[in-house]
Amino acid sequence: MIRVVLPQHLRTLARVSGKVELEVAAPVTQRSILDALEAKYPMLRGTIRDHVTRQRRPFLRFFACGEDWSHESPDAPLPDAVATGAQPFLVVGALAGG
Amino acid sequence: MSNVRVLVGTRKGAFILTSDEKREKWNVSGPHFAGWEMYHLKGSPADPNRLYASQSSGWFGQTIQRSDDGGQTWEPVGNEFIYDGVPGTHQWYDGTQHPWEFKRVWYLEPSPTDPNTVYAGVEDAALFRSSDGGQTWQEFSGLRNVKGHLWQPGAGGMCLHTILLDPNNPNRIFVAISAAGAFRTDDGGETWQPATNGLVSGFELPDPTAEVGHCVHNIAMHPSRPNVLFMQKHWDIMRSDNAGESWHKVSGNLPSDFGFPIAVHAHEPETIYVVPIKSDSEHYPPEGKLRVYRSRTGGNEWEALTNGLPQSHCYVNVLRSAMAVDTLESCGIYFGTTGGQVYVSPDSGDHWQPIVRDLPSVMSVEVQVLP
Repeated sequence: MIRVVLPQHLRTLARVSGKVELEVAAPVTQRSILDALEAKYPMLRGTIRDHVTRQRRPFLRFFACGEDWSHESPDAPLPDAVATGAQPFLVVGALAGG
Repeated sequence: MSNVRVLVGTRKGAFILTSDEKREKWNVSGPHFAGWEMYHLKGSPADPNRLYASQSSGWFGQTIQRSDDGGQTWEPVGNEFIYDGVPGTHQWYDGTQHPWEFKRVWYLEPSPTDPNTVYAGVEDAALFRSSDGGQTWQEFSGLRNVKGHLWQPGAGGMCLHTILLDPNNPNRIFVAISAAGAFRTDDGGETWQPATNGLVSGFELPDPTAEVGHCVHNIAMHPSRPNVLFMQKHWDIMRSDNAGESWHKVSGNLPSDFGFPIAVHAHEPETIYVVPIKSDSEHYPPEGKLRVYRSRTGGNEWEALTNGLPQSHCYVNVLRSAMAVDTLESCGIYFGTTGGQVYVSPDSGDHWQPIVRDLPSVMSVEVQVLP
């Protein structure tokens, strides 16, 4: 079971508390996780990735196992710790400054 | 006894203010969608408990929310605003052409007859409609054929912020776009024409009477006279008596004719309201005095309405969608400020009182009268 941590506003929008758990078939990638997330929570479509380009929205970041995966290929396999559910996949709102 | 429900969109959430027809004591509900920019909320005239709300965020993009119980509960509906066909390009700040890119929904206008039909004005400027309660959206791309390649975003973004549906003619719609102008369709949105004849923008455009490029801030009509339109342009208060075929200036004795919203009294089609702002470079009231100006003559002759409004050290702005009127026998006028106050006058502007004082910056105000 994959575990995903969403920022507060997306948890509110999706009406979930705590981590989200998803069934994702191997290979586990950013794309496969986000596809599964949007399938289970359709209200999140367009809030993390652009509807048309499927690109990450500019002020979001994807972290896994202490590393920033935001600029990696969406089809690159994520670490085994994420695939096994030992570590979560994090969707993070970028700092806004101020 | 009737009740009123005021829908307030702010930079950090939505608020719902309710009262009876005296409009003296208010209940404040919110923030709804806390932390999100709520550009606009509006109720369906055909079903007052059907509300639509535009929820936006620089991080998470656009969501549309719908309520079927007057704002007690909400459901996210469709947020896929895809431009029709190849989106094409518009003028960019550096003179190059730039592709149309959807950013957010500025304005929602529900159909007067069908609760499931609602129009959306978006940035980058375009008009969309949903006929299934907001689940799916389709663009009227003919609008962008009106010299869209010449439209250029102003400082506030290239937004379609005003939608007026002609109550007598379902095929006629007026829209206004910042730094692009006003437009009209007579065939239900297939084809459009500029409605800018008579507008003069001497400080903003190299050709002051160009067909497109005028920075229209807001347009209002009285439902009994849909051919009479009142416009707050960047500078100038304008009036059209022929459905936007031509405009003439009615700024008259205003201390400044720069501003954002304009509204028409619910029962007096020649009574209109504006909030003068000092200038395009100083977005606050002249002399630090918050004054609504009322004309009972359809323009030109204006009186300051000040009773209950701060008359010193007031440096707030009133944004284009932040003024509304109710339809009670004694017409109520409402407006919200960038300082977070929402004011009401239950007597057509003669006396004002704050409903709330310390909300986040107010972006939009709409009002419903409930049986």
